Amino acid sequence: MDFGTIVEILDSAVRLGTPLLLACLAGLFSERAGIFDIGLEGKMLMAAFFSGAVAAVTGSAWLGLLAGVGGSMSLAMVHGLASITFRGNQLISGVAVNFLASGFTVLIAQSWFQQGGRTPQLSGHARFEPITLPGASAVKDVPVIGPLYSNLISGHTILVYVAFAMVPLTWWVLFRTRFGLRLRAVGENPESVDTAGVSVIRLRYTAVAITGVLAGLAGTYLATGLAAGFVKEMTAGRGYIALAALIFAKWRPVPALGATMLFGLLEAISNRYPNIDLGVVTLPIQFMQAVPYILTVVILAGFIGKAIPPRAGGQPYVKER
Amino acid sequence: MVDVQANEAGRQATAALATQAPAIELKGISKAFGTVQANKDISIRVMPGTIHGIIGENGAGKSTLMSILYGFYKADAGEIWIKGQRTQIPDSQAAISAGIGMVFQHFKLVQNFTVLENIILGAEDGALLRPSLAKARKELKRLAEEYELNVDPDELIEELSVGHQQRVEILKALYRQADILILDEPTGVLTPAEADHLFRILDNLRKEGKTIILITHKLREIMEITDTVSVMRRGEMTATVKTAETSPEQLAELMVGRKVLLNVTKTPAQPGKTVLEVENLRVVDEDRVERLKGINLTIRAGEILGIAGVAGNGQSELLEVLGGFAKGTGTIRINGEEIDLTGKHSDGQSRRRRGISHVPEDRHHLGLILDFAAWENMIFGYHKDAAYQKNAFIMDNAGIVKHTQEAMERFDVRPPIPTLPAKSFSGGNQQKIVLAREIERSPALLLVGQPTRGVDIGAIEFIHKRIVELRDEGAAILLVSVELDEIRSLSDRIAVMFDGQIMGERLPEETDEKELGLMMAGVVN
Repeated sequence: MDFGTIVEILDSAVRLGTPLLLACLAGLFSERAGIFDIGLEGKMLMAAFFSGAVAAVTGSAWLGLLAGVGGSMSLAMVHGLASITFRGNQLISGVAVNFLASGFTVLIAQSWFQQGGRTPQLSGHARFEPITLPGASAVKDVPVIGPLYSNLISGHTILVYVAFAMVPLTWWVLFRTRFGLRLRAVGENPESVDTAGVSVIRLRYTAVAITGVLAGLAGTYLATGLAAGFVKEMTAGRGYIALAALIFAKWRPVPALGATMLFGLLEAISNRYPNIDLGVVTLPIQFMQAVPYILTVVILAGFIGKAIPPRAGGQPYVKER
Repeated sequence: MVDVQANEAGRQATAALATQAPAIELKGISKAFGTVQANKDISIRVMPGTIHGIIGENGAGKSTLMSILYGFYKADAGEIWIKGQRTQIPDSQAAISAGIGMVFQHFKLVQNFTVLENIILGAEDGALLRPSLAKARKELKRLAEEYELNVDPDELIEELSVGHQQRVEILKALYRQADILILDEPTGVLTPAEADHLFRILDNLRKEGKTIILITHKLREIMEITDTVSVMRRGEMTATVKTAETSPEQLAELMVGRKVLLNVTKTPAQPGKTVLEVENLRVVDEDRVERLKGINLTIRAGEILGIAGVAGNGQSELLEVLGGFAKGTGTIRINGEEIDLTGKHSDGQSRRRRGISHVPEDRHHLGLILDFAAWENMIFGYHKDAAYQKNAFIMDNAGIVKHTQEAMERFDVRPPIPTLPAKSFSGGNQQKIVLAREIERSPALLLVGQPTRGVDIGAIEFIHKRIVELRDEGAAILLVSVELDEIRSLSDRIAVMFDGQIMGERLPEETDEKELGLMMAGVVN
């Protein structure tokens, strides 16, 4: 394996890890505020569809982005309404969101475009184009640094850079701002926030809205950056993998980057080497494709360290006394 | 001439005091939940710089009243006046800005935040944390010096003892400039030493002119620290008196509406044959700390052995081993028969079959399932008894409900409704349910841990009476309590535990609080 191949795999890992990273950070905001969200999958799917559809019709990726975020946000608000205002079961609400998105997107796609539940192929400005960073072509031939900069770091769409910028930003918001302090507190012990005279409901809705925006970016990236248009079930369980990564990262933003990139790397490897020959046995393509999902199960089963979720997670807040 | 002037000055001072507005005045506060009148036309005046006690049985409406004052509930009728101003308190924010701080019975702290983060939560100065934290750190240092409220600002709450967590709650209120502090059952979770420290803090706060409302059902605390005291009973304020002019007996009578005997009347014990023999019992916990270091004791039929001691000196472990849910080494014999201590051949159920009943220290976790109905709770541990089965597959639910109804009436559980979940009963009534379940089996040995913790006075009297009755029926009773008064009035013999060992045994009539206190501190052997 030469250096160029490694850079290519890493480059692919970044692309594949980006939607996971955005979704993972989306889940982080919600769960840190005490609202479990297994509906990330549905929100991404909704965003993928609306961004794909609007980009196809208008020819503008940016309008697609707006529509994608809007679609994701509408589902986020459904989840918020069910789990914050009506104090419903957050898991059931999340499952409902996933089913809703899964059926709704295909149905509307078929009704609008008649292409078997997909949106038309996107091209040109309807997609987010790779951005070539300044100097990328100039340093291309410099050994080591050249390929790293021009292939791995440069040449991604704006959403990839946004996703990576979100990591320090999320960290800063969570741990350095008043909003972050209150957000974390409301996920740990909402009573402490309530007795301090701060609205639990408003805080949780804000968190769920941020989740909507970030999951919307993730879905939009799938349809307009990674692929060229929406296809049925195109999220393929990424919402759940993002959740596993969130647990793996113990609800912290910087480890979330590592966890999602690990999943991205696994996917990149299985795309590049469908069959891995270990001498004794050859790992079949099915196995390699299953690896991210196997890792998800392993993480969710709690094999990797002790992950303590936010203490008030999953519990609707009922004011007592 | 000089005298006249002095008199004049004195009169002016008195006049000023008389016209000084009360820190808090409630006028005709009423609040109903459905058909239950939690507060009925309550009026109190609390003068600044005083400690005012509110005492009453569980469910008397004390906490409801304070929740109204802190903006959790809206009163149906009545007025709140703060420092001479009529004040509306629709939410906690309004209460905070009116200068009211509340220390809840169950702390409202974020466990994995630092002390400092908890203090500023909700009272930050701007969108960024750094300046707020720096300011709070400085302020905390000042408060710590002023009021003996020392807490490490960078420690996580979960690392702190309960007493320190409570200090954080007080600091939170002071940081928000509260000059009226409400404490709801503050000593319920504290060790005696921590409670003493709390009272010193409260005294300091009073000296600085803060007004304190102390809600409790412990008469001793009222007598020790308050200036004035109000008594609540069934949602009504039955009396407000100066503490110096009242007595515990009078307050107790006002609370329950009849005379209560704080001392248990019992005949001398008539001990029979030995029921429980414990020899060289040792328990090592999961952190490999030796919790019981060779306990020897015996209890005979018809006597009560009281275990006195500061909480955490091995009493809980002793109960757990005897009750069959902790492992130990050594020998325990019941009526001469050895019982298994390894946990391999025994559990709580097999202990019960041997005639050991257990009223656990923590009734919420070990004694009851709070979400289950009273009738279900009434048979836990005995649910396999033939009497509760209709046939091989089906339990006789109707029979159990009927049995529970009768037991509830015998034990004066209020309300006597078997279908109500355990959590809807007050602490005293929950305890009566546990007691009814365990006592009515006429056990050979009854283990009782903290039988009256969080229980109101009327129920305490009842519970004590039933324990003595069981003794007179010939049961051996092991009583563990941190309340020395309880140990002294109930026990026929008193053993004092300290650091996993029995420091010695005394007869209640031949010892006093001072000697027991020294033994509890590990001083006298």
